[in-house]
Amino acid sequence: MKIIILGAGQVGSSLAANLSTEANDITLVDNDEKTLRALRDRMDINSVSGQASHPAILRQAGADDADMIIAVTDSDETNMVACQVAYTVFHTPTKIARVRSIDYLRHPELFKQDALPVDVLISPEQLITEYIQRLIQYPGALQVLDFADGQVQLVGVKAFYGGPLVGHELQELKTHMPGIEMRVAAIFRKDRAILPKGNTVIEADDEVFFVAAPGYIKAVISELRAKDKPYKRIMLAGGGNIGRRLAQALENDYQVKLIDHNTVRSQNLANDLERTIVLLGDAADEELLLEENIENTDVFCALTNDDEANILSAMLAKRLGARKVMSLINRAAYVDLIQSGDIDIAISPQMATIGSLLTHIRRGDVVKVHSLRRGAAEAIEAIAHGDKTNSKVVGRTIEELKLPQGTTIGAIVRDSEVIIAHHDTVIESEDHVILFLVDKTRIDEVERLFQVGITFL
Amino acid sequence: MKIFAIQRVFGLFLVVFSSTLLPPMLVSIIYNDQELIHFFEAFLLTVLTGLVLWLPVKNYRKEFRNRDGFVIVAMFWLVLGLVGSLPLYMSDQLHLSVTDAIFESMSGLTTTGATVITGLDHLPKSILYYRQQLQWLGGIGIIVIAVAIMPMLGIGGMQLYKAETPGPMKDSKLTPRITETAKALWYIYLILTAACALAYWLAGMNVFDAIGHSFSTIAIGGFSTHDASMGYFNNKPMVEVVAIIFMILAGVNFALHFTAWRTRNALNYFRDVEFRTYLGILISVAIISSVYLYYMDVFIYPERAVLHGIFQAVSIGTTTGFTTQEYHNWPGFLPVMLLFTSFVGACAGSTGGGMKVIRFLLLLKQGVREVKRVIHPNGVIPIKIGRKPISDRVVDAVWGFFAAYVAIFVIILLILMLTGLDQISAFSATAACLNNLGPGLNEVGLNYASLEDPAKWILSFAMMLGRLEIFTLLVLLSPAFWRR
Repeated sequence: MKIIILGAGQVGSSLAANLSTEANDITLVDNDEKTLRALRDRMDINSVSGQASHPAILRQAGADDADMIIAVTDSDETNMVACQVAYTVFHTPTKIARVRSIDYLRHPELFKQDALPVDVLISPEQLITEYIQRLIQYPGALQVLDFADGQVQLVGVKAFYGGPLVGHELQELKTHMPGIEMRVAAIFRKDRAILPKGNTVIEADDEVFFVAAPGYIKAVISELRAKDKPYKRIMLAGGGNIGRRLAQALENDYQVKLIDHNTVRSQNLANDLERTIVLLGDAADEELLLEENIENTDVFCALTNDDEANILSAMLAKRLGARKVMSLINRAAYVDLIQSGDIDIAISPQMATIGSLLTHIRRGDVVKVHSLRRGAAEAIEAIAHGDKTNSKVVGRTIEELKLPQGTTIGAIVRDSEVIIAHHDTVIESEDHVILFLVDKTRIDEVERLFQVGITFL
Repeated sequence: MKIFAIQRVFGLFLVVFSSTLLPPMLVSIIYNDQELIHFFEAFLLTVLTGLVLWLPVKNYRKEFRNRDGFVIVAMFWLVLGLVGSLPLYMSDQLHLSVTDAIFESMSGLTTTGATVITGLDHLPKSILYYRQQLQWLGGIGIIVIAVAIMPMLGIGGMQLYKAETPGPMKDSKLTPRITETAKALWYIYLILTAACALAYWLAGMNVFDAIGHSFSTIAIGGFSTHDASMGYFNNKPMVEVVAIIFMILAGVNFALHFTAWRTRNALNYFRDVEFRTYLGILISVAIISSVYLYYMDVFIYPERAVLHGIFQAVSIGTTTGFTTQEYHNWPGFLPVMLLFTSFVGACAGSTGGGMKVIRFLLLLKQGVREVKRVIHPNGVIPIKIGRKPISDRVVDAVWGFFAAYVAIFVIILLILMLTGLDQISAFSATAACLNNLGPGLNEVGLNYASLEDPAKWILSFAMMLGRLEIFTLLVLLSPAFWRR
């Protein structure tokens, strides 16, 4: 596929890195030549420097025959105009734009074909907010991902000593939890994937990924960990876009405190938020944290733009007694560095954004892609089409499918009914199939599996 | 300062005001009560003064500045207070001194409702009508000034209503032009008055009483055509119910009436925080009063206790000052509580007096904020009305207003006591006049006739201070204002 990415910021460059490994032609456009040069040295991509929305620059980047344009520059306006230009001048089939400002997002009619022709809107702040919100909703979870409009969720949990299931074989799950439909999709032990079988034993510190309907998730988590009390007191550090949205989303159900060091911004936050207590100060100020009862805080989230500040304040909060600390971390290198340490969950904004972008790049009818474990693994939701003669999946039991190595089918959603996959489940046409790929390099094979033969029209 | 422009406005004021002496003349003719000649004299005097002021400068047109606004607003009450006293002073049947006539006229125009006249039931109808009409005129005057002019002057935090009003009144300048706004308010005022008069008539008043009382009800004045005030209609309970309803309506911000009327949606009332607080205060005070009255055996029948409790709570709470009973003789804490309710008063932008509910609300929230600040020393805690944050400038202004209110209160209280008044009477008289309420306690429970002349002057001044939100007048008294 020929893809033009506008903006070589954090999302743009990690997206380029991610996609260039998958036999796509990537052209990166940015007005900073130096950044582009550095990226070009590292990756197998083309680059053009200049104002991303100008038709001349787009043409130079190959917009004439591009399949997709992804506008992720800093400016909402540039992104939107670039999509308009791509639509009017170059007739680019797929146009994806990142729009952050809530004011634009409030008017979906703006992005209709006859107005600003943006096919897909991406709001990273919104994605991260939802992501963290779900983590807070399910204490103990490392990752919670939605499929089929939230009818099925994939949850990553770290198993603990004291969890009733830890030290037992997977097949005992059924007897442990009668009536609860779930399936373990993958287990990571010391960063190596294990394909779950009936006789696999869950050990402490395993990262277990399982698929279940939202109603059962709390019960399953409590089987893998000693009981986690529900969260109540939340402290957020950093009142940027993410902090603000998160506070807004949480303030009615939790006691939320929000720390920001900028006088003007904290004033604005206090004006906009109804029940959140806005505090002016440094999130890494020990006195301030103690004064605000950090030792009784259930979740501390460091959400500033600054990775180092996030890591330090999160570590400090943990040291001072916060039950669970999360930190927003942009640099991939840091994510690996800290997750084993004091910080419980490292949240990477790129991963969330890239997952939703990948949805549109995957072939076959893929409706949802989540990037996991820093892009190494992937969970996708694909729709099966056709019949037994022209599809490689429809009409077959899961056992019969020629799934690539390291791939498991977690669940199937059929007409809003959730079916947890068993070896004898038969896939029908129009089923939403949720797959888990331990190894992303096999994505090709999965895509091909779900493409229908030429006889299907 | 544009002396000539102001002079021109006053000339016009007086000419227009003189025309309001025509209806009393008509009443005089209808009832043939020998007052016609006095009204006519007053009319001539007013109209001539007006023309003398107006004619020399009638072509002098200049834009007014905010500064001139203060003078005009203050002069409106001062000059009309004096001129309005003319018919009262001239009347042969009243025998009022200059002091009394001015006190009465000022009490009418500021919609206070304190009176020095006794034996109302035997007075000429035209005089009675004139008193009611004075209140009505004062009412529409304060509405226009409170909604259209005060916000521009930014008095005591009322710039709140300029651009940043919460809830449904985001564009609080109801229409783009002041004259249009004034006209819209005038219509609402007129409609409410007509509806009120009709309701009183249906409830059993005669036409004269219905019109007269509708004037003083919508103006939140409290003048009555009977010595017993609303108590005169004790055998017609519906009259009290009508009065309760219209007093509550008149105590609502007229801008809110306007919005509700224009959008045809009564829910707009409840979106306004001030209105909800206003209603909440009245309801709680009414419940306390009714229950207390019943348990203290003031009334034998519970329904009488409830009706009188609600009526008095609303009447004093909105600063109207109608009475159905000699409430100042009610037992224990009740009269004092009611008097304190009048400090909160009605909503801003209504005909009611007191400090206004919105200011009270802001003071309360400021208090709560201080408590929160002690708990979270680093907290950024804005004060919000509805969901809109209120700027510190406004909160400061409200605190300043409160401080000035208390200071003025104390000074007036002390001066009154100096004239020989006992403490309870002095306290209640100050509160009743500063809050534009009317009846006080003890010696001033029924009327103010027995007070010394200096006390009456002081109280007239207090009524004006209260009506003009204190600062309008204080600004005029400060030397800095007159410096060029």
